[in-house]
Amino acid sequence: MIVNKLSFLIGGEAGAGITRSGFLFAKACMRAGLNVFGTNDYQSLIRGGHNFYVVQVDTEEVYSQSDKINLLLALNAETVALHKDELVPGGGVIYDPDDAPQNTGTLGREDLTLCPVPLKKIVWEELKEDPIMRNTVALGAAFALLDCDMDLLEDVLKDTFKPAVAEANVKAARKGYDYAKSNFGGSFGYKLVKTKSAGKQRILLSGNEAIGLGALKAGCKFFAGYPMTPTTGLLHFMAENERSMETLLIQPEGEIAAVNMVAGAAFAGARAMTATSGGGFCLMVEGLGMAGMTETPAVIVVGQRPGPSTGLPTYSAQGDLRFVVHASQGEFPRVVVAPGDVEECFYETMRAFNWAEKYQTPVIVLTDKYLVESQASTEPFETSRVKTERGNLITGQFQGTGEYRKYELAETGVSPRALPSTQGAIVRANADEHDEFGFTSEDPATVVSMVEKRLKKINYLVKELEETGVETTKLYGPRDAAATVVSWGGTKGPIREALKILKRDGVVANYLQIIYLHPFPVERVKKALDNSKKAIVIEHNKTSQLSSLIRERLLRDVDGTILKYDGRPFSPAYLAAKVKEAL
Amino acid sequence: MVALKDLATPVKPDWCPGCGNFGILTAVKGALVELGLDREQVVIVSGIGCHGKIVNYVNVNGFHGIHGRVIPTATGIKLANPELTVIGFAGDADQYDEGWDHFCHAMRRNVDVTLIVHDNQTLGLTTGQTTATSLQGFKSKSTPFGSVTPPLNPIANALVSNGTFVARGYAGDPRHLQSLIVEAVRHRGFGYVDVFQPCVSFNYLNTYQWFRERLYKLSEQGHDYTDRRKALEKSFEWGERIPIGVFYKEEKPTYLDTLPHMKGKTLAKLPIDDVDVSVIIEAMK
Repeated sequence: MIVNKLSFLIGGEAGAGITRSGFLFAKACMRAGLNVFGTNDYQSLIRGGHNFYVVQVDTEEVYSQSDKINLLLALNAETVALHKDELVPGGGVIYDPDDAPQNTGTLGREDLTLCPVPLKKIVWEELKEDPIMRNTVALGAAFALLDCDMDLLEDVLKDTFKPAVAEANVKAARKGYDYAKSNFGGSFGYKLVKTKSAGKQRILLSGNEAIGLGALKAGCKFFAGYPMTPTTGLLHFMAENERSMETLLIQPEGEIAAVNMVAGAAFAGARAMTATSGGGFCLMVEGLGMAGMTETPAVIVVGQRPGPSTGLPTYSAQGDLRFVVHASQGEFPRVVVAPGDVEECFYETMRAFNWAEKYQTPVIVLTDKYLVESQASTEPFETSRVKTERGNLITGQFQGTGEYRKYELAETGVSPRALPSTQGAIVRANADEHDEFGFTSEDPATVVSMVEKRLKKINYLVKELEETGVETTKLYGPRDAAATVVSWGGTKGPIREALKILKRDGVVANYLQIIYLHPFPVERVKKALDNSKKAIVIEHNKTSQLSSLIRERLLRDVDGTILKYDGRPFSPAYLAAKVKEAL
Repeated sequence: MVALKDLATPVKPDWCPGCGNFGILTAVKGALVELGLDREQVVIVSGIGCHGKIVNYVNVNGFHGIHGRVIPTATGIKLANPELTVIGFAGDADQYDEGWDHFCHAMRRNVDVTLIVHDNQTLGLTTGQTTATSLQGFKSKSTPFGSVTPPLNPIANALVSNGTFVARGYAGDPRHLQSLIVEAVRHRGFGYVDVFQPCVSFNYLNTYQWFRERLYKLSEQGHDYTDRRKALEKSFEWGERIPIGVFYKEEKPTYLDTLPHMKGKTLAKLPIDDVDVSVIIEAMK
C-alpha cells in the first residue's frame, strides 16, 4: 500500500469541467495536509477535443507533475486510450462503462485495476441532474478508491460553489463515493490519509493568481488588459477582486490601448499594470518604448506560449526571451524578471512595481503558460516581506528651486518625480527627445545628456540589486557538483523534481536559476558557472536563447543544452536522463 | 485660476506662418482662461504630427505621446485621477487613421475627457500625404494621381458610436472654437471637437477661402442638438454648405459614474503602503 504519494489524472473533452475537477481534487488533497501541484493541458477549443489535468500529491514538496500516473479518471473512452500507457503497474482507472466497455486484455494492461462506475446513469437516473455533474460523481469514486476522508471533498465543494450548486455536487460526490466503496473498496494499492498539517493552513493558487495577488498587495490600482491565453486568468483574477480591492479594471479595444492606458495611469500616479502573451506584447511594443522614453513606471506581464504568430495558443514555451529583452526601437533601461514558481510570482511582482517607480521605467514580468496556469500549494505569503517603495516621489507641494523639471539631470539619472496635480509643478512627459522641462529638443548636447541620463539609471539599479542582496539568481543543491543545470522561468518545477531523481540515483548536480534576465546578473552567474564542472542550459525553446545571453554577457559557452519545443512541459524523468547523458 | 500670460512657455511655435494650428492654440488658451482652471489641474495629451507640438506651447501639465494613442493615454490619466481636467489633441491621420479604433470606443465608453482633432486633411509633418479625411482626388506626395478613396466621416462615426458630445469647429474662427472647447470640457463625458485646420503648406484644396465660402454655424440655423438622428443628417451635409458647431449633446453617466466602488475616489491618491489582501489569501486555503 502506497500512502500519500499519488499522481492523479482526470481527462475528457473540453467543456466537461476537467480543470475545475482537477483543482477541486488538488485542493481537497492540500487540506488533507499534503503538498500538491496541478497542471492542465487543453486545446484551443471550447467543446470536444481532449483536455486533461494532472495532480501530483506528496508528503514532501512537489514542484511539477510526474511522468507516471497512479490513478486515471476517464470521462470519455478516448482518455483511457490516450493515457493507459502512462499508468504504473497496479494503477487504477475509473471510467464509465457506457462510454465504452474496457478490459485489461484488450487494453494490453493486465496489471491495471479497472473500476467501471456508471457515471451517466447515476447522474441521469438517480440524481436527475445535468450530465456535467458526472465529474463530481467520478471525484467521489476516486476518493472512495483512495480510501480518503470524504469530508475533505465535501468541504471543498461547499467552499467553491454557491449553496444550491454545492448541495447538488455534494450529493453527486457521495453517490460516486458510495458506489465505488461498495464495488471496489479496498482493492486499490494507493491511499490518501490526513496528516498532522491537515486543515486550512496552506494556499493553492496558480501563477496568474500569485501575480495578481502580488500586484494587489503592491498597491496596483489600475489594470488594463485584453484577453489572451495564458494570462487571461490574471485578467479574471483582477476583475473578481476589482471592487473589494478598490482597483479599476478596464478591458479596452486591444493591447495597444491597454499599454497606453497603463502609461497614462502610471503617469498620473496610480500603480498600473497590463498582461498579455507574445502576440499582444508585439502590439504593446511601441507603448513600451514610450514608457521608456517618457520615464513612466509601467508593469507588463508577458505569459509566453509557442510562436511565432498565433502558434500553439494554449501551450507553453520560452521563445520570447530575446524579444522581450530587446523589444522596441532605441535604447532605454528596463527590467525583465522571470519568476519560476508561485512564490516568486508573488514577491517578484511586488518588487516589479518598486523597480518601476524607483527607476521610472518599464518592468516586464516574463512568465509562461506552464507557470501561470499551473497550480501549486504553498505556505501563505509573507505579505510584508517586500515593502512598498515609491522612490523619489514628491508628495505635497513642489518646493524645489525654479520651475519643476521632470527630466532633471540627477546624479543617478532618476529625477524627482512630481505627479500631475502637484501644486507648484508643471509635469511634462514627452516621447519626443526633450530637455529637462520636457520640452521637445533636437539639440545634440541635450540629446546626449538625456540618453545618458536614462541609461545610467540601470547602473544604479544593478548596484541596488547587489547591495540589498535581492536574489537575482538562486542556486539549489551543493556548491560543487558534477553538473550545473541552468534555467529561467517555468522550467524550474520539473528541474527541481529532476534533481530529486538525480540525487536518488547518486548523481551530484546543482541548479542555477536566473530570475533577473535584464539587467543580467553577470557576477552571480559567472561565480556559479566558474564553480561548475559542466553547465547545461535547459530551456523551452529551439535556439537556447539563454545560452546566447550567457555567451553575450559572460563571453563563454555553456557545455550543453536540453531543449524542448513541442509546447508540453518538461518531464522530470526525461530531464534527469538527459542530464546523466550529458555527464 | 490661470491668466493668459501664465499659459505661455519659453518655446516659440515652429508651425508654418499662417498655419491653422495658431487659431487652435489661441482658442485653447482662451478656453483655459475662461474655464478658470488652475494650471496644475490640467493635463494636455498630444499625439504625433504638427498638432502634437502643442504640448510645448501651453504651460500646463502635458504628455506628448505617440501616433494614434492620445485617447488611451488620456483615458488612463483621467481614470487614475478624475480630479484632473484632461484634454487630448490629435491630428486627422493620428486619430482617424492610426488611432481610429480608439476613437469609436472612446465615444461609447464616455470617459470624461476632451478630444480636439486638428483636421487639416493631410499629413503635414511628413511633408504632405493623404489621410482619412483627404477629399477624393486630393493630390499629394503619396497620391500623385489623386486620392482614389472617399474620405471617412468622423462626425457621423462619432454619432453612431454613441458619442455624447459631438462638435466641429474651424481654426479660422478662434472665438467660436473657444466656445466649443469650453462647452466640450464642461461636458460631463467624452467631449469631441473636430477642427477644420487649413494647412498652408500642403493642402492646396481646403484653404481658408475654401472654408470661408462654405461654413455656416448650426446654432444660427436652429439645429436641435438633442436629436441624434437630426445630428446625423447634418453630419452628412458636405459640399457647398458645411456646418460647424455642436451637432449633438447628451448627458449620460460617464464611465466612472458606472463604477459604484470608484465614487469619490482618486486611484492615484489611495494609500498603498500596506494593502490588506488577507481575505483573498483566506479563500485560497
